[in-house]
This record gives sequence, structure tokens and C-alpha cells, in this order.
Amino acid sequence: MNDSNKQTLRQGSTAAWPICLGYFPIGLALGVLAQKAGMPWWAVAMMSIMVFAGSAQFICVAMVAAGASTPAIILTTFVVNLRHVLMSSALAVYLQGVNRSFLALFSYGVTDESFAVNLTHFRDGKWDRWRALIVNHLANSVWIMATVCGALVGQFVPQGALGIDYALTGMFICLLVFQLQGRIYVITGLLAAALSVTWYLLIPGDSYIVGASMSAATIGYLLKRRYRRGR
Amino acid sequence: MTFNDYLFLFGGMGLVTYLPRALPLLYLAHKKMPQWLIDWLSLIPVAILSALLAPSLFTDAATRSFAFGKLELIVAIPTLIFALKTRSLGGTVLIGMLLYWLGGML
Repeated sequence: MNDSNKQTLRQGSTAAWPICLGYFPIGLALGVLAQKAGMPWWAVAMMSIMVFAGSAQFICVAMVAAGASTPAIILTTFVVNLRHVLMSSALAVYLQGVNRSFLALFSYGVTDESFAVNLTHFRDGKWDRWRALIVNHLANSVWIMATVCGALVGQFVPQGALGIDYALTGMFICLLVFQLQGRIYVITGLLAAALSVTWYLLIPGDSYIVGASMSAATIGYLLKRRYRRGR
Repeated sequence: MTFNDYLFLFGGMGLVTYLPRALPLLYLAHKKMPQWLIDWLSLIPVAILSALLAPSLFTDAATRSFAFGKLELIVAIPTLIFALKTRSLGGTVLIGMLLYWLGGML
């Protein structure tokens, strides 16, 4: 391996570690729940490899435990994961003209967390698709490992150790701070917070993520355009 | 459930998860995007992060009701200040964890 490859690998791993730290307790918890729902460890591994979507996997386990039908679980997964359309579109700005086989491989690892980390780095410059791909796949490997561990030995791990349950919240807070690059971003963020809380309380299901973020971005965009015209 | 039941279930889930992730990238990366779309998409990250975070800080998931002053929210304030001051991702994650851990023991 030459020096620039080593550097790519190192920077990719450095960017991925907060995600991995956060995935571990969540993956363990998912494995424990899956095992309680009667799923064998190999099914948990299969799910983490074939689906790789935390919240949808939790919902799947709960629905399997409740005896829901396969089409109902697949439909719910679709609705819950529609938000990734927005994330992939936002990433496309930085992956212009990249070949389709790379994009097909990269898309597999687009999660809330990898999206937020990669987009932040892309915006800062000094980031490329290979580093981004390493972030996606390291996060995926840790996720598969953690969920299988949870299914096998998870019931012996103490709950809430070292505040690790807060790792992803902490990461999202910091990534949110990185996004605040002007007044319009602060306004959009505040709007999205108010809208998502209201939407979450009023409308059942997970539509609040897509609904609130699209509404807030649209209002923010219109405000920005109006402000520009007004000058 | 048998192996084939799981294969069918996860195959279906995998497909409906993969397509929303792949299709926008495959389509948009090879298309000249209009400026308004780029401008709009530049506001999507802050909006999504806020929409993912805010309900976990201000509501109770079990009852799906408003909750002000949860430990998650109280810890979020110094964590946010730390992030604003240091702009360190790793440091923020560790400070958040430490405060949440200490807060849980009180």
C-alpha cells in the first residue's frame, strides 16, 4: 500500500470512529431485542448485511415479535427509509460525474450518520469519494458485528455503561454546529427543530423527519431568495 | 420462521432501503443540477440533523408527548457549547457521553 492510500484509510477511519462508537450500543440493543423476538444470530447478521438501516431494523424486530406480515414490514421499512432520498440527493452535489458502479456500492452505506459525517467533510473540502466510502463501510462492519454480538451475548452487557447511549446524540449536535455557516442555516435549523417536534407530537409514524426537513429547507430557501432580491 | 422466510423478508426490506439511497445518486450525479436545487439541497443537512435531534431532546418517545427538561436536553446544552467553542467532533462525543453518564448517576 502506498502512502496516499494509507492516508486515505487513516483519514476515513478517523472520521468514522464517532459513528462506530455510537453504533456499538445500539447494535447490541438491537441484537438483544432480536434474540428475544426469537431471531437466531444468523438471521440478525443477514438483516444487518442486507438492510443496514438501524431504525427500520428495530421496527422490523418489533413487528416480527408482534406477528406482523412480511408485506407490512417491507412497506413500513420503505416509508421509514424514504428520508434517504434527501440525503443521497444532497450527496450527489459532491459526487458529480462519478462512475455508476462506484455510486451503486457507495449508496449501500448511506445512513443518517454516514451522510452527516461525509457531507460535513465534503463541504470543508479535503474529502474525496474513497474516504467517504471507507466511512460507510467501516460503519457497516461495526454495525454487523455489534448486532450479532448483541444476539449472542448482549443480555450480559450492563445497560447505560459509560454514557455510550449518548454517543450519536453528541455526534449529531456537533455535526449540526458544523452546518451553521450563516444566519440562514441557523434559521432553517430552528425551523426544522420546531416543525419536527410539532409534527412528531401530532402525526403518528415517522413522517416528521422528511416532512419537517423538507418544509424547513423550503422556507429557508424562500427566505434566502427574498432577502437576496430585496437588496 | 425458516431461512427462506427470512431471506424473503430481508430481501424485500433491503430492496426498499437500497433504492431510495441509490436512485437519486445514480440519477443526479450525471445530470447538470439547476442552481435552485443545489441551493435548496444545501439547506437539507442542517434541516435533517435538526429534525432527527429535536424530537429526541424535547419529547418522550414512550408516550409520544412533550417533555421539557429531560436529561438528554440538559446534557445537550453544555455539549452544544463545547461543540461551538472547540469544533471538535471526537471531543464533543466524549464530553456528551461523560456528562450523560454522570447525569444518569445523580
